[in-house]
Amino acid sequence: MEALKAGVRAPEFELNATPDQRIKLSDFHGQRVILVFYPADWSPVCGDQLALYNELRDEFAKHKAMCIGISVDGAWCHAAFRENRGYKLALLSDFEPKGQVARDYGVYRSREGLSERALFVIDEEGVIRWAYVSPIGINPGADGILKALEEMDRSTS
Amino acid sequence: MSLAKPVDDNDHVLGASDAAVTLVEYGDFQCPHCRAAHFYLKNVLATMGNDLRFVFRHMPLSQIHPMAQLAAEAAEAAGAQGEFWPMHDAIYENQDLLSPALLTRLAQRLGLGMQQFADDVGSHRFLAKVKEDFMGAVRSGAVGTPSFFINGEPYEGSFDDESLIDALRFAAQARAPHAAKGLHVRGPRAH
Repeated sequence: MEALKAGVRAPEFELNATPDQRIKLSDFHGQRVILVFYPADWSPVCGDQLALYNELRDEFAKHKAMCIGISVDGAWCHAAFRENRGYKLALLSDFEPKGQVARDYGVYRSREGLSERALFVIDEEGVIRWAYVSPIGINPGADGILKALEEMDRSTS
Repeated sequence: MSLAKPVDDNDHVLGASDAAVTLVEYGDFQCPHCRAAHFYLKNVLATMGNDLRFVFRHMPLSQIHPMAQLAAEAAEAAGAQGEFWPMHDAIYENQDLLSPALLTRLAQRLGLGMQQFADDVGSHRFLAKVKEDFMGAVRSGAVGTPSFFINGEPYEGSFDDESLIDALRFAAQARAPHAAKGLHVRGPRAH
Protein backbone atom coordinates (compact mmCIF):
# COMPACT_ATOMS: atom_id res chain seq x y z
CA MET A 1 0.00 0.00 0.00
CA GLU A 2 1.43 3.35 -1.00
CA ALA A 3 0.84 6.46 1.06
CA LEU A 4 -0.84 9.45 -0.54
CA LYS A 5 1.61 12.07 -1.74
CA ALA A 6 1.80 15.85 -1.74
CA GLY A 7 -0.51 17.48 -4.30
CA VAL A 8 -3.38 15.01 -3.77
CA ARG A 9 -6.69 16.04 -2.20
CA ALA A 10 -6.88 14.73 1.37
CA PRO A 11 -9.69 12.16 1.59
CA GLU A 12 -12.64 13.31 3.70
CA PHE A 13 -13.41 11.43 6.92
CA GLU A 14 -15.73 11.63 9.89
CA LEU A 15 -14.51 10.03 13.11
CA ASN A 16 -15.12 10.15 16.84
CA ALA A 17 -12.85 12.51 18.76
CA THR A 18 -14.53 11.64 22.06
CA PRO A 19 -17.18 9.00 22.79
CA ASP A 20 -19.88 11.56 21.90
CA GLN A 21 -18.21 13.99 19.50
CA ARG A 22 -17.49 13.42 15.83
CA ILE A 23 -15.07 15.45 13.70
CA LYS A 24 -14.94 15.80 9.91
CA LEU A 25 -11.84 16.86 8.02
CA SER A 26 -13.99 19.42 6.16
CA ASP A 27 -14.78 21.06 9.54
CA PHE A 28 -11.27 22.49 9.24
CA HIS A 29 -11.70 24.05 5.81
CA GLY A 30 -9.76 27.34 5.80
CA GLN A 31 -7.28 26.01 8.37
CA ARG A 32 -4.23 23.86 8.02
CA VAL A 33 -4.33 20.39 9.52
CA ILE A 34 -1.43 18.20 10.61
CA LEU A 35 -2.77 14.66 10.52
CA VAL A 36 -0.66 12.33 12.64
CA PHE A 37 -1.29 8.63 12.09
CA TYR A 38 0.28 6.53 14.82
CA PRO A 39 0.09 2.80 15.49
CA ALA A 40 -1.48 2.66 18.93
CA ASP A 41 -2.19 4.43 22.20
CA TRP A 42 0.11 3.57 25.13
CA SER A 43 3.21 2.44 23.23
CA PRO A 44 6.21 4.49 24.41
CA VAL A 45 7.33 5.94 21.08
CA CYS A 46 3.87 7.26 20.24
CA GLY A 47 3.66 8.78 23.68
CA ASP A 48 6.83 10.77 23.13
CA GLN A 49 5.78 11.80 19.64
CA LEU A 50 2.38 13.03 20.76
CA ALA A 51 3.88 14.71 23.82
CA LEU A 52 6.14 16.69 21.53
CA TYR A 53 3.30 17.75 19.21
CA ASN A 54 1.17 18.56 22.21
CA GLU A 55 3.94 20.84 23.41
CA LEU A 56 4.11 22.52 20.01
CA ARG A 57 0.42 23.40 19.69
CA ASP A 58 1.14 27.14 20.02
CA GLU A 59 3.97 26.90 17.51
CA PHE A 60 1.71 25.10 15.02
CA ALA A 61 -1.02 27.70 15.65
CA LYS A 62 1.42 30.42 14.55
CA HIS A 63 1.30 28.72 11.16
CA LYS A 64 -2.52 28.45 11.35
CA ALA A 65 -2.23 24.70 11.75
CA MET A 66 -4.06 22.31 14.05
CA CYS A 67 -2.51 18.97 14.94
CA ILE A 68 -4.77 15.92 15.18
CA GLY A 69 -3.76 12.38 16.12
CA ILE A 70 -5.43 9.33 14.61
CA SER A 71 -5.15 5.64 15.44
CA VAL A 72 -7.33 2.54 15.34
CA ASP A 73 -7.95 2.68 19.11
CA GLY A 74 -11.50 3.20 20.35
CA ALA A 75 -12.80 6.53 21.63
CA TRP A 76 -12.84 5.35 25.27
CA CYS A 77 -9.25 4.19 24.96
CA HIS A 78 -8.26 7.59 23.55
CA ALA A 79 -10.12 9.30 26.41
CA ALA A 80 -8.19 7.32 29.02
CA PHE A 81 -4.89 7.83 27.17
CA ARG A 82 -5.38 11.60 26.87
CA GLU A 83 -6.28 11.90 30.52
CA ASN A 84 -3.35 9.77 31.64
CA ARG A 85 -0.80 11.71 29.58
CA GLY A 86 -2.33 15.15 29.96
CA TYR A 87 -2.58 15.61 26.19
CA LYS A 88 -4.73 18.38 24.78
CA LEU A 89 -4.51 17.25 21.16
CA ALA A 90 -7.63 15.75 19.64
CA LEU A 91 -7.21 12.01 19.03
CA LEU A 92 -9.50 10.42 16.45
CA SER A 93 -10.70 6.82 16.48
CA ASP A 94 -10.26 5.09 13.15
CA PHE A 95 -12.16 2.23 14.73
CA GLU A 96 -15.21 1.29 12.66
CA PRO A 97 -14.78 0.16 9.96
CA LYS A 98 -11.36 -0.47 11.44
CA GLY A 99 -8.55 1.46 9.82
CA GLN A 100 -10.70 2.74 6.95
CA VAL A 101 -9.21 6.23 7.05
CA ALA A 102 -5.68 4.83 7.28
CA ARG A 103 -6.50 2.72 4.19
CA ASP A 104 -7.83 5.81 2.38
CA TYR A 105 -4.50 7.55 3.05
CA GLY A 106 -2.51 4.45 2.11
CA VAL A 107 -0.95 3.96 5.54
CA TYR A 108 -2.70 0.84 6.90
CA ARG A 109 -0.68 -2.24 7.83
CA SER A 110 -3.21 -4.99 7.39
CA ARG A 111 -0.97 -7.69 8.85
CA GLU A 112 -0.71 -5.97 12.22
CA GLY A 113 -4.06 -4.20 12.01
CA LEU A 114 -2.40 -0.85 12.76
CA SER A 115 -1.61 2.27 10.84
CA GLU A 116 1.85 3.35 9.87
CA ARG A 117 3.51 6.19 11.71
CA ALA A 118 2.69 8.80 9.06
CA LEU A 119 2.37 12.57 8.86
CA PHE A 120 0.24 14.59 6.44
CA VAL A 121 0.22 18.38 6.34
CA ILE A 122 -3.01 19.52 4.68
CA ASP A 123 -3.57 23.08 3.46
CA GLU A 124 -6.55 25.41 3.82
CA GLU A 125 -8.16 23.96 0.69
CA GLY A 126 -7.85 20.35 1.83
CA VAL A 127 -4.86 19.46 -0.35
CA ILE A 128 -1.96 17.41 1.04
CA ARG A 129 1.15 19.57 0.91
CA TRP A 130 3.62 17.29 2.70
CA ALA A 131 3.51 13.58 3.46
CA TYR A 132 5.96 11.47 5.39
CA VAL A 133 5.92 7.83 6.50
CA SER A 134 8.38 7.12 9.29
CA PRO A 135 9.90 3.74 10.09
CA ILE A 136 7.35 2.44 12.60
CA GLY A 137 9.63 2.34 15.64
CA ILE A 138 11.16 5.76 15.04
CA ASN A 139 9.77 9.03 16.29
CA PRO A 140 9.76 11.39 13.29
CA GLY A 141 9.96 14.51 15.45
CA ALA A 142 8.54 17.84 14.36
CA ASP A 143 11.21 19.47 12.24
CA GLY A 144 9.75 18.15 8.97
CA ILE A 145 6.30 19.44 9.87
CA LEU A 146 7.65 22.89 10.75
CA LYS A 147 9.65 23.07 7.53
CA ALA A 148 6.56 22.15 5.52
CA LEU A 149 4.49 24.83 7.30
CA GLU A 150 7.20 27.45 6.75
CA GLU A 151 7.33 26.53 3.08
CA MET A 152 3.55 26.98 2.88
CA ASP A 153 3.85 30.38 4.62
CA ARG A 154 6.39 31.46 2.03
CA SER A 155 4.32 30.37 -0.95
CA THR A 156 1.15 32.11 0.28
CA SER A 157 2.78 35.40 1.27
CA MET B 1 19.84 15.48 12.14
CA SER B 2 22.63 17.65 13.52
CA LEU B 3 22.54 20.21 16.28
CA ALA B 4 20.72 23.21 14.80
CA LYS B 5 22.16 25.83 17.16
CA PRO B 6 25.90 25.88 17.87
CA VAL B 7 27.12 26.26 21.44
CA ASP B 8 27.45 29.95 22.28
CA ASP B 9 27.78 32.41 25.17
CA ASN B 10 24.14 32.01 26.16
CA ASP B 11 24.70 28.36 26.95
CA HIS B 12 25.40 26.81 30.32
CA VAL B 13 28.77 25.17 29.88
CA LEU B 14 31.04 23.01 32.05
CA GLY B 15 34.59 22.50 30.85
CA ALA B 16 36.91 24.32 28.49
CA SER B 17 35.83 25.63 25.09
CA ASP B 18 38.82 23.87 23.48
CA ALA B 19 37.92 20.45 24.92
CA ALA B 20 38.25 17.64 22.39
CA VAL B 21 34.60 16.72 22.65
CA THR B 22 31.39 18.60 23.37
CA LEU B 23 28.32 16.88 24.77
CA VAL B 24 25.04 18.78 24.57
CA GLU B 25 22.07 17.52 26.57
CA TYR B 26 18.49 18.64 26.01
CA GLY B 27 16.83 17.86 29.30
CA ASP B 28 13.67 18.27 31.35
CA PHE B 29 13.92 18.74 35.12
CA GLN B 30 10.87 16.57 35.80
CA CYS B 31 11.85 13.74 33.45
CA PRO B 32 12.86 10.60 35.37
CA HIS B 33 15.22 9.50 32.58
CA CYS B 34 17.00 12.86 32.74
CA ARG B 35 17.38 12.38 36.48
CA ALA B 36 19.00 9.01 35.87
CA ALA B 37 21.22 10.59 33.21
CA HIS B 38 22.22 13.32 35.66
CA PHE B 39 23.83 10.80 37.99
CA TYR B 40 25.56 9.01 35.13
CA LEU B 41 26.81 12.34 33.81
CA LYS B 42 28.51 13.12 37.12
CA ASN B 43 30.65 10.08 36.54
CA VAL B 44 31.16 10.91 32.87
CA LEU B 45 32.36 14.43 33.72
CA ALA B 46 34.72 13.20 36.42
CA THR B 47 36.17 10.53 34.15
CA MET B 48 36.54 12.66 31.03
CA GLY B 49 38.08 15.62 32.87
CA ASN B 50 39.44 18.30 30.56
CA ASP B 51 38.63 16.32 27.45
CA LEU B 52 34.93 17.12 27.79
CA ARG B 53 32.82 20.22 27.50
CA PHE B 54 29.24 19.66 28.69
CA VAL B 55 26.29 21.88 27.79
CA PHE B 56 22.80 21.67 29.25
CA ARG B 57 19.82 23.08 27.37
CA HIS B 58 16.15 23.00 28.27
CA MET B 59 13.50 20.82 26.71
CA PRO B 60 10.64 20.89 29.21
CA LEU B 61 7.68 18.76 28.11
CA SER B 62 5.37 20.84 30.23
CA GLN B 63 2.09 19.24 29.22
CA ILE B 64 3.17 15.93 30.68
CA HIS B 65 5.54 17.37 33.31
CA PRO B 66 3.70 20.31 34.84
CA MET B 67 6.68 21.46 36.96
CA ALA B 68 9.30 21.21 34.21
CA GLN B 69 8.92 24.68 32.74
CA LEU B 70 8.96 26.44 36.11
CA ALA B 71 11.99 24.42 37.20
CA ALA B 72 13.82 25.42 34.01
CA GLU B 73 13.00 29.08 34.60
CA ALA B 74 14.14 28.77 38.23
CA ALA B 75 17.45 27.25 37.11
CA GLU B 76 17.89 30.19 34.72
CA ALA B 77 17.04 32.62 37.53
CA ALA B 78 19.73 30.94 39.64
CA GLY B 79 22.02 31.18 36.61
CA ALA B 80 21.48 34.94 36.49
CA GLN B 81 23.04 34.96 39.97
CA GLY B 82 25.90 32.69 38.90
CA GLU B 83 24.44 29.50 40.37
CA PHE B 84 23.00 27.63 37.39
CA TRP B 85 24.87 24.36 37.92
CA PRO B 86 24.29 24.09 41.68
CA MET B 87 20.57 24.70 41.05
CA HIS B 88 20.54 22.24 38.15
CA ASP B 89 22.10 19.58 40.37
CA ALA B 90 19.87 20.36 43.34
CA ILE B 91 16.69 20.09 41.27
CA TYR B 92 17.63 16.69 39.86
CA GLU B 93 18.73 15.47 43.26
CA ASN B 94 15.37 16.46 44.77
CA GLN B 95 13.23 15.68 41.74
CA ASP B 96 10.77 13.54 43.71
CA LEU B 97 9.85 16.61 45.77
CA LEU B 98 9.67 19.06 42.87
CA SER B 99 7.24 21.90 43.62
CA PRO B 100 7.29 25.71 43.62
CA ALA B 101 8.10 25.58 47.35
CA LEU B 102 11.04 23.25 46.75
CA LEU B 103 12.49 25.63 44.15
CA THR B 104 12.30 28.46 46.69
CA ARG B 105 13.95 26.30 49.38
CA LEU B 106 16.75 25.32 47.01
CA ALA B 107 17.30 28.95 46.05
CA GLN B 108 17.53 29.84 49.74
CA ARG B 109 19.94 27.00 50.39
CA LEU B 110 22.18 28.30 47.58
CA GLY B 111 22.16 31.73 49.18
CA LEU B 112 20.53 33.46 46.22
CA GLY B 113 19.15 36.98 46.49
CA MET B 114 15.59 35.89 47.15
CA GLN B 115 13.81 39.05 46.05
CA GLN B 116 15.58 38.93 42.70
CA PHE B 117 14.94 35.19 42.37
CA ALA B 118 11.23 35.59 43.15
CA ASP B 119 10.93 38.51 40.72
CA ASP B 120 12.69 36.65 37.92
CA VAL B 121 10.59 33.51 38.38
CA GLY B 122 7.34 35.41 38.97
CA SER B 123 7.76 37.63 35.91
CA HIS B 124 8.85 34.68 33.74
CA ARG B 125 11.96 36.61 32.83
CA PHE B 126 13.55 33.48 31.37
CA LEU B 127 10.49 31.96 29.70
CA ALA B 128 11.67 33.11 26.26
CA LYS B 129 15.14 31.64 26.76
CA VAL B 130 13.69 28.29 27.80
CA LYS B 131 11.34 28.30 24.79
CA GLU B 132 14.25 29.15 22.52
CA ASP B 133 16.14 26.14 23.84
CA PHE B 134 13.05 24.01 23.31
CA MET B 135 12.67 25.07 19.68
CA GLY B 136 16.38 24.51 19.13
CA ALA B 137 15.84 20.96 20.33
CA VAL B 138 12.93 20.44 17.95
CA ARG B 139 14.87 21.91 15.02
CA SER B 140 17.73 19.56 15.83
CA GLY B 141 15.38 16.61 15.52
CA ALA B 142 15.14 15.91 19.24
CA VAL B 143 11.95 14.05 20.04
CA GLY B 144 12.07 13.54 23.77
CA THR B 145 14.29 13.80 26.80
CA PRO B 146 17.10 13.40 27.42
CA SER B 147 18.48 14.01 23.90
CA PHE B 148 22.23 14.07 23.47
CA PHE B 149 24.50 15.50 20.77
CA ILE B 150 28.20 14.68 20.60
CA ASN B 151 30.22 17.23 18.65
CA GLY B 152 26.97 18.35 17.06
CA GLU B 153 25.80 14.92 15.94
CA PRO B 154 22.90 13.10 17.56
CA TYR B 155 23.87 10.33 19.96
CA GLU B 156 21.35 7.51 19.80
CA GLY B 157 23.04 5.13 22.22
CA SER B 158 22.30 4.34 25.81
CA PHE B 159 23.02 7.13 28.31
CA ASP B 160 24.59 5.09 31.07
CA ASP B 161 28.06 6.31 32.01
CA GLU B 162 29.99 3.49 30.34
CA SER B 163 28.24 3.88 26.98
CA LEU B 164 28.60 7.65 27.05
CA ILE B 165 32.29 7.53 27.98
CA ASP B 166 32.95 5.07 25.14
CA ALA B 167 31.20 7.29 22.63
CA LEU B 168 32.84 10.46 23.92
CA ARG B 169 36.35 8.95 23.86
CA PHE B 170 35.75 7.74 20.34
CA ALA B 171 34.61 11.21 19.26
CA ALA B 172 37.53 12.86 21.06
CA GLN B 173 40.03 10.66 19.26
CA ALA B 174 38.36 11.17 15.91
CA ARG B 175 38.71 14.91 16.38
CA ALA B 176 42.16 15.14 18.01
CA PRO B 177 44.71 12.99 16.14
CA HIS B 178 47.25 13.23 18.96
CA ALA B 179 44.88 12.26 21.73
CA ALA B 180 45.86 8.61 21.50
CA LYS B 181 49.47 9.45 22.35
CA GLY B 182 48.52 10.42 25.87
CA LEU B 183 49.94 13.92 25.76
CA HIS B 184 47.14 15.42 27.83
CA VAL B 185 47.82 17.60 30.79
CA ARG B 186 45.35 16.54 33.44
CA GLY B 187 43.74 19.54 35.07
CA PRO B 188 41.10 19.97 37.71
CA ARG B 189 37.87 18.11 37.19
CA ALA B 190 35.18 19.93 35.33
CA HIS B 191 32.43 19.19 37.82
